[in-house]
Amino acid sequence: MDALVSRRDFLKASAGAAGSLVLAVHLPGLAAVAHSFSPSAFVTVGSDGLVTLTMPYVEMGQGTYTSIPMLVAEELEVDLSQVRTAHAPADPAYRHGLFGVQLTGASASIRAAWMPLRQAGAAARTMLVQAAAKQWNVDPASCKAVRGEVVHAASGRKLAYGALAADAAALPVPKDVALKPAGSYALVGKPAKRTDTPSKVNGTAKFGIDAVVPGMKVAAIAACPVFGGKLAKVDDHKALKVKGVRKVVRLDNAVAVIADHTGAARKGLAACAITWDEGSNNGFSSAAWEQKLASAGKEKGLVVHDEGGYAKVAGGAGRKVEAVYTMPFLAHATMEPMNATARVGKDGVDIWTGTQAPERLQIFVGKALGIAPASVRVHNQLLGGGFGRRLEVDVAVQAALVARQVDYPVKLIWSREEDIQHDYYRPFWRDELAAVLDEGGMPVAFSHRFAGSSIEARYAPEWMAKGIDTDAVEQAEGPYNIPARFVEYMPVETSVPTGFWRGVGPTHNIFVVESFIDELAHTAGKDPVAYRQALLNKNPRALAVLNLAAQKSGWATRKPGPGEGFGVSVGTAWGSFAAAVLECVVSKEGAVTVKRVVTAIDCGQPVNPDGVVAQAESGQVYGLTAALYGKLTVENGRIMQSNFHDYPLMRMNEMPVMETHIVPSTESPGGMGELGTALIAPALANAVFAATGKRLRSLPLEPGPV
Amino acid sequence: MSYVLTINGKQRTVDVDGDTPLLWVLRDVLQMNGTKFGCGMALCGACTVHLNGQPVRSCQTPVSSVGKGKVTTIEAIGETATGKRIQQAWIAHDVPQCGYCQSGQIMSASALLAANPHPTDADIDAAMAGNICRCGTYTRIRAAIKTAAKG
Repeated sequence: MDALVSRRDFLKASAGAAGSLVLAVHLPGLAAVAHSFSPSAFVTVGSDGLVTLTMPYVEMGQGTYTSIPMLVAEELEVDLSQVRTAHAPADPAYRHGLFGVQLTGASASIRAAWMPLRQAGAAARTMLVQAAAKQWNVDPASCKAVRGEVVHAASGRKLAYGALAADAAALPVPKDVALKPAGSYALVGKPAKRTDTPSKVNGTAKFGIDAVVPGMKVAAIAACPVFGGKLAKVDDHKALKVKGVRKVVRLDNAVAVIADHTGAARKGLAACAITWDEGSNNGFSSAAWEQKLASAGKEKGLVVHDEGGYAKVAGGAGRKVEAVYTMPFLAHATMEPMNATARVGKDGVDIWTGTQAPERLQIFVGKALGIAPASVRVHNQLLGGGFGRRLEVDVAVQAALVARQVDYPVKLIWSREEDIQHDYYRPFWRDELAAVLDEGGMPVAFSHRFAGSSIEARYAPEWMAKGIDTDAVEQAEGPYNIPARFVEYMPVETSVPTGFWRGVGPTHNIFVVESFIDELAHTAGKDPVAYRQALLNKNPRALAVLNLAAQKSGWATRKPGPGEGFGVSVGTAWGSFAAAVLECVVSKEGAVTVKRVVTAIDCGQPVNPDGVVAQAESGQVYGLTAALYGKLTVENGRIMQSNFHDYPLMRMNEMPVMETHIVPSTESPGGMGELGTALIAPALANAVFAATGKRLRSLPLEPGPV
Repeated sequence: MSYVLTINGKQRTVDVDGDTPLLWVLRDVLQMNGTKFGCGMALCGACTVHLNGQPVRSCQTPVSSVGKGKVTTIEAIGETATGKRIQQAWIAHDVPQCGYCQSGQIMSASALLAANPHPTDADIDAAMAGNICRCGTYTRIRAAIKTAAKG
């Protein structure tokens, strides 16, 4: 990215309020060159000296409201506390260069912002220094920017940025501004306190669910439990007798009860006698789906990767190893249940919600109501977890359809049951792996063929390349130096809606590849770490994290007790590299306890190292939950699980010791929101194998009695 | 029916059915939105408040059962010595990520420390296992509780 986009492509002065300096910043895509200038973030230095960063990246826990302002503050020479962060409105101006729409995800925020926001800070600082030098009639080179002021040391004069902003705004944006060299940063690379923590410890942080709009009522909703089904009829006479219930609203596929408070709305909904028209999907089941994927595996699919003459090598001499893996449908289960507040008026629609995709929300709400997307105003809030779920805008559409039927705003809150049963699920995958080992036990050919539903085909067909879902195939070939590699993808349409889930494509592919590589190592009678080290001879950053994780975990001197096992995995994605060594114990009854995880990360230049560690460990807990418990089953076209009793999430008492080590680096930053998730399931599966001798090829890991 | 509740030291009168969960009285009737809805079944702890100093799940606490009990919520927990220490420790360790569950975590942790000023790891597990954090901030929660315990 750095080499592709020159400075002039992403920085321009822009008109702002009187007395302020505004720089418009183009946040580029990660691969594309920006040919025309389109600002997607704004840095404003106000006459009060406050710096405001308006940017498209939302805060859903991943720390963007801290790490991204750090980039501006670093070059602008202000404290992080002087930078305010503003939610961007839904507007094409804030489109993500990589995706072509406004969204936060794919561990891409820090990668896209790294160059342009430091450039913006440096340009603003240069202009403020020039403005001061002009006032004092001195050489700008004799002035220095220090913590929000320009200082002329020789004369002892100082001027605060706020007093210089108006003058600075009249100056041309400098053509070339040198960025600080790595190693001379004041903020970047040093642990920073999150800017949002204080509001998150006293209940004042405002999430979408906390929106309060004058005159609003609240609503509870039940949609047809069978995907694609419709509402046939509802008898609401009991519901309407519940104190506080105002109205029962019928949608095509759902019933909503509007009330003065959610207690009444939920009680009213429970009192509705609803008859569903289940439609054509009520025969769908997980078992039938797996059969369908197995059939698809017998067909030819889309060849994604074919190098080293795979067919010829695979047909030649050598020991052949084959295995089939499956992964179930998974819900996101954000702690903040899905919700949106809608006001439908003659002047358009207002939506208050926490969304990863504000522009998509405008488009879909506009379409549902038959109005222009620009008439939909999105008031974005903090997200109580995103994980990909809030890339979908279904609840905002529902809220708008409900609010359209009344003359007051409506806050619609889903129950946890709705959340589990009406998600866009992580796809159910079925993978066929094959390899040929040479006489020394090393793979000379590697094949990964897999079948499952395409998310991109539904969500954004324009992201597909030559008909191939680019997310589904990411990391499917693995990071290893194997002479002949082959990847084939069989997309199969499903009636269960599937969507992006933390870790997306790599969290599927890394589980499969890292488990299978482990199988190959054991088949060859080799140490799993040494086997990987040999295969990473052309991938120095991946090798370095593997070496560090092995060293810090004491891999070489490990002494597992009865029922204990160590497992290793390596993951490379989103511009980052990580390896984990996991220690588990499996009881005779087959209960798996994770004792310790040691992780080594190379995410390039860490911006906020404390945030990197937080994200790595957060991702691992998310991934461990999936590996230990995550399973949704579909029968008769509906999800059989409903809440945390049958879709359990990891809790405090199940936590392992976690040690995370960051490899020092000055490479461009990589994303860290999802790699931990992708990395951890195979480390656990491999540890369970070491502990029990059982190779588990389906998630969640259920070893059974040992 | 009308209920007079004592919430954060103030008397509040609400007119709702007796089976209305305290959670929705707080959030929707009194517009005290710091207490969060997570599951509606007392499985996740996001809605934890104190009733006479004891942590309870407000989503499963009918308003009629509160009586003259003193309700304390996240909005006022910082006014207690223990609650303030917990909040400060949460800031020192930068515990929250998305932050949605943290009101409940802090209410459970404050109740733990008030009852048990020097909890062991096992005590922390027992007191906090009812509070789910989907961001997985448990390691920092544990460390923050220990910091707060040191005073």
